Amino acid sequence: MDFLQRLFGRLEGGSSRDAAKNRLRLVLVQDRATLSPGLMEQLKTDLIEVITRYLDVDESNMRVEFDNSDASVAIVASIPVKEVKRSPEVSVR
Amino acid sequence: MSGTVIVVTSGKGGVGKTTAAANIGAALAMMGPSVALIDADIGLRNLDLVLGLENRIVYDLVNVVEGVADVRKALIRHKHIKNLSLLPAAQSRDKTAVTPEQMKAVTDDLKSSFDFVILDCPAGIEQGFKNAIAGAERAIIVTTPEMSAVRDADRIIGMLEPHEIYDPWLIINRIRPDMVKRRDMLDVDDVLEQLKVDLLGVIPDDEAIIVATNKGIPVVMDEKSKAGRAFRDVAARIMGEDVPMAAAAEEEDWFTRIIRWFARARG
Repeated sequence: MDFLQRLFGRLEGGSSRDAAKNRLRLVLVQDRATLSPGLMEQLKTDLIEVITRYLDVDESNMRVEFDNSDASVAIVASIPVKEVKRSPEVSVR
Repeated sequence: MSGTVIVVTSGKGGVGKTTAAANIGAALAMMGPSVALIDADIGLRNLDLVLGLENRIVYDLVNVVEGVADVRKALIRHKHIKNLSLLPAAQSRDKTAVTPEQMKAVTDDLKSSFDFVILDCPAGIEQGFKNAIAGAERAIIVTTPEMSAVRDADRIIGMLEPHEIYDPWLIINRIRPDMVKRRDMLDVDDVLEQLKVDLLGVIPDDEAIIVATNKGIPVVMDEKSKAGRAFRDVAARIMGEDVPMAAAAEEEDWFTRIIRWFARARG
């Protein structure tokens, strides 16, 4: 009985356990896609530190946000560029 | 139109409130009336998962309360049950993000366009509970045949009257007929004797609930499931139909009966 059900479950396209695993993984990614305000500030500072090696940016108008529309999560940063540096002060490894 | 606002509550956590709210809402909507489900468990949202709507959330209850989105824009319509909509809870906020007055404004607004507004209440008796019952006219108390759940249900029943919610309905969830038969579980009468409220339904413990939740399909859509049938009966009773408290909780299929007979013969 159980065997038959499992067989039919497979035919219907994966067990309900697999469905649950996948759905759970997705929602957890979405749930965890927030940082405390403190960590968010730190992330911004670090981003600025890296980016200013290459570009002159407008820090006061910078926006960093999580975007979790459509079943996926992205971090979206909007950083206005003031000037592109001619010779970046980068130390290449 | 003025719909009915019903809160699904229990006091104790883990007794099946969210499953009950989802399935009662789905079963009612399948019978014809329009239903708006509200997940009032801010910070711990789950009603979206039980209904399989977790990927379609754009706005939530807190967005609505804060005026970021109109309530009708935030509602998600179920794909297969066309009369069913969900207003999801916020996940990154907590219960203090909403006040009882704001909650009442939302339910008052929704009941002008839905036949039923059903609230899934968080566990506990604190702010989340107070928010969830603020706009409710009726209550469905979910309990299981366990001492702790019945005790908490009793406490909740006592807390509804001061808020002018009278004659709550009771659902006894996860009854196990085999254990009742062995006299190892409180039966329906034992629970009713203590709580003295009207019985709305008895839901048998059923593996189909777990399978349905795994898939994000309300168990009432499963024709074969006993729990699904019991929830459909609950919806019919809310609609005023006189459905007998079936044997749904007592009858066993022939297969289980044979297994039990063998088990007894061996033991």
